[in-house]
Amino acid sequence: MIEKRNRWGWRFLILATAMITVFSFYPMVSALLTSFKTGSSANMKAADPIIYNYARLFKDKMFRTTLVNTFLYLVIQVPVMLVLAILLAQLLNNRHLKFRGLFRTCIFLPCAISLVSYALIFRSLFATQGLVNSVLMGLGFIKENINWLGQTGTARGVVIFALIWRWTGYNMVFYLAGLQNLDYSMYEAAMMDGANGWDTFWHITVPQLRPVIVMTFIMSINGTLQLFDESVNLTNGGPAGTTMTMSHYIYNNAFGTGVANFGYASAMSFIVFILVGILAIINLKVGDTRD
Amino acid sequence: MTEKKNKSTIQRRLIPSYIFLILFSLFSILPLFWMFTAATNTTLEVAQGKLWFGTHAAENFKNLLASTSLWQSMANSFFYAAVQTVFSLLICSMAGFGFELYHTRGKDVLFGILLMAMMIPGVATMIPLFTMMSRLHLLNSVLGFALPAISTPFMIMMFRQNSRNFPVEIMNAARIDGLSEPGIFFRIYMPVMKSTYAAAAVITFMNAWNAYLWPRVVLNKSNAQTMPILIANLANGYTIDYGMLMMGVLFCSLPTIIIFFILQKQFAEGITGAVK
Repeated sequence: MIEKRNRWGWRFLILATAMITVFSFYPMVSALLTSFKTGSSANMKAADPIIYNYARLFKDKMFRTTLVNTFLYLVIQVPVMLVLAILLAQLLNNRHLKFRGLFRTCIFLPCAISLVSYALIFRSLFATQGLVNSVLMGLGFIKENINWLGQTGTARGVVIFALIWRWTGYNMVFYLAGLQNLDYSMYEAAMMDGANGWDTFWHITVPQLRPVIVMTFIMSINGTLQLFDESVNLTNGGPAGTTMTMSHYIYNNAFGTGVANFGYASAMSFIVFILVGILAIINLKVGDTRD
Repeated sequence: MTEKKNKSTIQRRLIPSYIFLILFSLFSILPLFWMFTAATNTTLEVAQGKLWFGTHAAENFKNLLASTSLWQSMANSFFYAAVQTVFSLLICSMAGFGFELYHTRGKDVLFGILLMAMMIPGVATMIPLFTMMSRLHLLNSVLGFALPAISTPFMIMMFRQNSRNFPVEIMNAARIDGLSEPGIFFRIYMPVMKSTYAAAAVITFMNAWNAYLWPRVVLNKSNAQTMPILIANLANGYTIDYGMLMMGVLFCSLPTIIIFFILQKQFAEGITGAVK
C-alpha cells in the first residue's frame, strides 16, 4: 500500500524532472563539450589545442571589457538598490503611515512592464533630443544637450539608474513580506524604550531580515551577471562596447550577423556559469548565521 | 485630548518619510506616465520634451500598424504565454505535490539536484537548445518557445513550499472513500491550492510575455515574433519615430500593467512565493 503510494509520488514528479534534465542539465553539459570545439555551427571539430577557446577569451579585450562592465553594474547598482529597497520597506512597515497601499503600488509598478519596454523608455528619455535634456535645459542646469548614451561614463550611469528604477520595488516586496512575519510589537517596545527609526532599522529590521537579504543578494547577482535585455535595447552595448554585458557579447558571438561562433560563445557562457556559482556560494557562506 | 496630540506628533515625525516616499513614488511612476503621453505625441513633440497628452495617438497607431505586424505579434504573445502558463502550472504543481506529500529521502536528494538548475544561466543553454529545437523542427513554434521554460525549479519549489500546510488528513479520508492518487491531485489538491495557482499563473504569464533572449533565438521569422521582439526591432532604425515607438511599447506593456493592477497581490505572492 505504502509502496504503491510512493510509486505514485515518483510518477507525479517524473515529468517535471525529465524536462529540467532535458532542457537545463543536458544543455549545460552540451555547452561544456561545445566549448572545446571550433568551427561554425554546421561543421564543428575538436579545438586544437583543446583549451583553445578558453585561452582565447583571456586575450580577448572585448570580453574583458564586458566582464568589467558587468562587475561595475554589480558593485554599484546592487548595493544601492538593496539599501533603497530595505529603507522603503522599513518606512512602509510603519503602521502610523497613511497611504501605505498607494505608495507600495507606485514603487512596485515598474515591475509591471517588460525589460525591453523599460529599456526603450529610458533610451528615449535619455536621447540627445529627449525629455531629460529638455527638462535640465529648461531648469538652466545645462547649456547644451548632453549625449547621455554616447559617452562611456554617462551611458553606464544611465544603465545603472534604469536598473535601480526597475528592480528596487521588486526587492522591496521581498523585504515587506519578510517584515510581515516579524512581531510588530518588537518595534513598539523598542520605541517605548526611546529607540528612534534609525536604531530600530539597524537593530531589528536588518538582523531579522538577514535571510531575505542574502536571498535578494543572490538573486540580484544572478540577474546582473545575466543582464541582456538592457544592454541590447538601452545602449546596444555602446559606445564602443563600454556598456555591453557578458550575455550580450556571448549572444553576438553566437547569433550576431555573420557569425556562428558556438564554441567560443559556449566557453564564455561557461565562465558566466562558474561566476554565478562562486558568488552564490560566497553569499551563502557569508550569510550563514550558524557558527 | 492627549491621544489626539499624540497622533499629530507621530504624523509630524513622519513628514520626512512622507517626503521620501512621495519622491520615490514619482520617480517610479513618471517614466510610465511619460510612455502614455509620448504615445499620443509626434516624434518632434517628444523630442521637445512635451510631458502632456497630445493629439497624435491615432496617427502613431496607424503608422505602427503599417510598419509592423502588430496584431499577429499580440496574438503570438498571448498564445505562447497562455500555453506556457497552463503546462507550467500543471507539470510543476504535480511535481511540488509529489515532492511534499509523498515525501521520501530519495525525493529530497532529487529536489536538491533540481534546485541547482536555478544557477544555470540562460545564455549558456541557448546554443544547445537552439541546436536541439532546430533538429526537432521546432524553431518558430509555440513548442520551441515554451518547452524549455515549462518546468522550472522555482515553480516546483513554490508549489512544494505552499503545500506544507496542505491537510494530509483529507488525503487519507479520500483514500478510504476510494479515491485514487491522481484523483486526490485533481479533485482535492487543485481546488484547495487555488490561491497558489493564481499567484503562479500571474508570474508565469508575465515572465512568458516579457521573455526576450530565448524568443529572440528561437523565433527568427517575423510572423512568429512576440511583442518584446517587435518593439525592439522598432528601435533599430537610424531614425526613430518616438511617438510610434512608445505606442508599440504601450501595446507591449498594457496587458501586463492591467494584470498588475487587478492581481497585484497574486503577483507579489508569485515573486516571493517560493521563499516562505
